[in-house]
This record gives sequence, C-alpha cells and structure tokens, in this order.
Amino acid sequence: MNERRTAVPPLIVTQDNSFFFEGAAAGRLLIQRCADCGTLRHPPGPTCPQCRSFEWDTVESSRRGTLHSWTISHHPQDPAFEYPLAVGLLDLEEGTRLVADIAGVPHDELHIGMPLEVGFAEHAHGAVLPQLRAPGASRTEEGES
Amino acid sequence: MSGFSGAAAIAGIGATEFSKESGRSEWRLACESVLAALDDAQIGVEEVDGFALFTMETNPEIAVARALGIPELTFFSRIPHGGGGACAPVQQAALAVSSGVADVVVVYRAFNERSGHRFGSGPPPFAYVHNTDQEYRNWINPYGLMTPAQQEAFLARTYMHKYGATSEDFGRVSVLSRKHAARNPKAWFHERPITLEDHQASRMIADPIRLLDCCQESDGGQALVIVSTERARDLPHPPAVITAAAQGVGPQQISMSSYYRDDIDAMPEVELVARQMWAQAGLGPDQIDAAVVYDAFTPMVLLQLEEYGFCGRGEAKDFIADGHLEVDGRLPVNTHGGQLGEGYLHGVNGIAEGVRLVRGTSVNQPDKAVDNVLVTAGSPVPHSAIVLSADR
Repeated sequence: MNERRTAVPPLIVTQDNSFFFEGAAAGRLLIQRCADCGTLRHPPGPTCPQCRSFEWDTVESSRRGTLHSWTISHHPQDPAFEYPLAVGLLDLEEGTRLVADIAGVPHDELHIGMPLEVGFAEHAHGAVLPQLRAPGASRTEEGES
Repeated sequence: MSGFSGAAAIAGIGATEFSKESGRSEWRLACESVLAALDDAQIGVEEVDGFALFTMETNPEIAVARALGIPELTFFSRIPHGGGGACAPVQQAALAVSSGVADVVVVYRAFNERSGHRFGSGPPPFAYVHNTDQEYRNWINPYGLMTPAQQEAFLARTYMHKYGATSEDFGRVSVLSRKHAARNPKAWFHERPITLEDHQASRMIADPIRLLDCCQESDGGQALVIVSTERARDLPHPPAVITAAAQGVGPQQISMSSYYRDDIDAMPEVELVARQMWAQAGLGPDQIDAAVVYDAFTPMVLLQLEEYGFCGRGEAKDFIADGHLEVDGRLPVNTHGGQLGEGYLHGVNGIAEGVRLVRGTSVNQPDKAVDNVLVTAGSPVPHSAIVLSADR
C-alpha cells in the first residue's frame, strides 16, 4: 500500500452484521438465515423480508459459486488496491450473492458463469474480507492488501 | 389525468454557465441560477414562498432565501438519493402549488462538482458517517466498487451478456449526445462532436464502461420556477405543464447496488415510475414526442428506454442504431446534449431542456409538434421522472 490514504470508508459494524465480519476474520463465510422461515439473506439486515421475523442465525457457506457479473476497474485508483482491479458478483451455491474483488484469475479468462470460490484476504484498514479466486486456490491464507 | 396532474407548470428556467471551474462559490451559483429562473418567469424574488431540493445539494434553502432576501417560506423539502431524485422536487413543487401550500416554488441544483468535490473521484464526504444510510457501502466499497461507474458496470456487463449489446451500442448514445451538444452554445462540448471510433478508442474506466460512456463533471447552477398552470398562462413563456411527476422504490432496493434481485439489469423502480407517468398523464410511450433520459453513464439510457416502454427488453440497441433518438427521429432524446455533452447539473439541466422542448425553443428543436416530453432522473437508485406538456 502506498503513502496515499485509502478512500475506502471504514466498515460500519452493527449488531445486524458483525457476525459476517467476525466470521470473515476467522476464515468463515457466514450467511444470515431467518430462524423462523429459513430464508437466507445477504447483505445482512435486522429482519427477514419474507416473514418479518427478527430471529436469525447463520449458516456457513461452501464458499463455492459461479460468477454472475464482473468488472475490471482502471480509474480512479485507490491505494487500497492494485489496478487493473477485477471485481465480481458471485452466485453462491447457497443461493445468495456476494461482491468481492477477484485475485489470481487472468482478466481475459473472466466470464459470466465461471466457477469461483471465496477465500479471504486483508483489505483496507486491515479488515480481513472475502476475495474471489479460482477454485482450489484458497487453501492457504495469502494476506494480500 | 388524475390528482395534481396539469395543475402546476414550470414557468421559468435559468442557469449559470456550465464550466469546469466557475471561480465562484456554490452558494453564489445557486443564487445566480434562482434569479435567472425568476427573471425568465418574470416573477418577483419576494414572491418565492417554497423551495424543493434533492440531496447532495450543498446550498440549503435557508441560505439562498437569506442571501436573496426572500422573507418567508411556507414550503421546503428535500428528496433523498441524489440524481435519482432529480425530478422529484418538481413533483414536490407541483403538490405544494396544487394543494395551496405554496404559490411560487423554486427548484435548483448548484455546485462546483468539477473544481470542488468530484462525484467520480470516490465516495462522497457523507459516506464516512456511521449510520444505516451508509451501511450498504460495507458490501461494495471495501472490494473496490467506489464510484458510480464501477457500481453500474455489473449491470452493463449482464445486459450485454443477455442481449448481445456491445460497447459500440453504448457508444452510439455518446456520439448522439455530442452531436446534439455540438450545436448547443451552452454545452461544454459545443462544436466538439465525436465519432464511434473516438468512443471505442477512449480509455476503459470500469470495463465495460469507457471514458466516453461517462458524463462530464461540471460546475454550475440550474433553477426552475413552478407555479399554478393558471398563473403560468399569464406569464411570458408558454407553460410547461406538469402532467405527471412520480417517484419509485423497487423491491430489495439498495443505492447503486441492487445486486441481489433475480435480474440485476432490470430496474423495477424505473418501471414503477413509468407506470405512474402513463396513469397520471393519461398517456403512453407512443404519445411522448421527445425525452430527456438521464445519462450519467450510457448503459442506463438503454435500460431506461426499455423500462419506459419505448422499445422491448433488449431492443434498445436496435432502437438507437435505427436512428429513433435523432432530432428528426421517432423520439428525439437529450437534444441539449445531455449530461454527456451539455453539462452535469445532476439532471436539472435536463428538466430545463424539457421545458425548452415544450416551448419550442431547444437549439435542436424537432420540426414536429412537441406536446409531451418525458424527463427522467438517475438510476440505478430510487428513481423519479416527470412529463411536461404543452398547454393545448
């Protein structure tokens, strides 16, 4: 990371979403689940949009999915990232979606529907967060920033 | 026609120059544009009793009222969601005027968006507040989706994949806007048209969005004056009657990142506004003679044309390539040059162009009669739009 300060806002951690960030720090991808009707939801929220229940727990994701959409960002450039930066929207096997940057996949190989998996890496402000990678690439923590 | 439809009209429009460095305060730009719009309407400053604004406006109504010596305001409101709210203050004004809460309501947007904080540079200053309003950033910003172009790129990619649209299809919007702007002395890109080759050669910003798919960043101010249609008839310009004005939020709406719906390239909030347009005005897309379609980024023009029903899903690329958006086409679009060509006044300069089209005074006025003009606000965020009609 260079000298310039990142413009990434610090995470807004609340009682509704702290489980996600705690899970990510421990290398686990957690999805919020309604404790009453069982519907999964992401991004997290206080209630189930299906049944309005405030009761919830979490399930651990397989971290496997397919690429729903993606972009390669060139400008502007923030010191928290290396450019060109690939970012993807993943359809997780569990049925929810997840946005994360994509590491280690040649950009000319990116295509909608390709299988990817979720690993974890250090992001801005030292937060360990999901990162998309080629299947099988997440056996070890790489700790990129 | 129903409710407030037809009861209020835009009677005055006024703007500063649109530049890259105004050299003046945003507050002053607001005051200058408000005075210009009141002068256009030939309404006295002291008669203003309402302001309707939308967020990301840095000049509060009390600052402008104080600076201009406006003694009393009985109505003031501010609609959230930045550019998506661009047309909603006109609805607020029409509601206020038609219900008798206020008689003269002014709408404005004034900023140094190029020489000051640039929206394209990253999260805006208010992004760093720890509250529910900004919580959605947790799920995009840390991964590098920091700017509107980056956030819209997913939708553009999906749309291309589904319907076979290409970067050139987006580029045609840019070429058309610059063609219109080239004939508009007020446009930043006056006399500077581009070709599709220029578009294709422009650098990638957030693949598939290229530099020439992005609107400008601009300094300037643009204001509108809304009064009852009855009063507008006695003023110098033909009234631009507000026959429809609506807002919309769709299911599972998130600012700029409603990525968790089945179809991320569909914008149900836009379709919801479209439905209200046609119901309020008693019109359909076939009766719209010209349109100002919010063009912060070219892909949104294609998506909006489809949501408003001007063509079928996935057909916008052909609708555009066939020339329907040209001045002599079926639906002349962004005849001022749009935010790509004229300037980025967060959509409000597009409302002014809608007024000019109804008055018959656009620099690119179509030869045909223009009775009804649709003006849309930004997407993919909570949306708004208006239909302006000739008083016939």
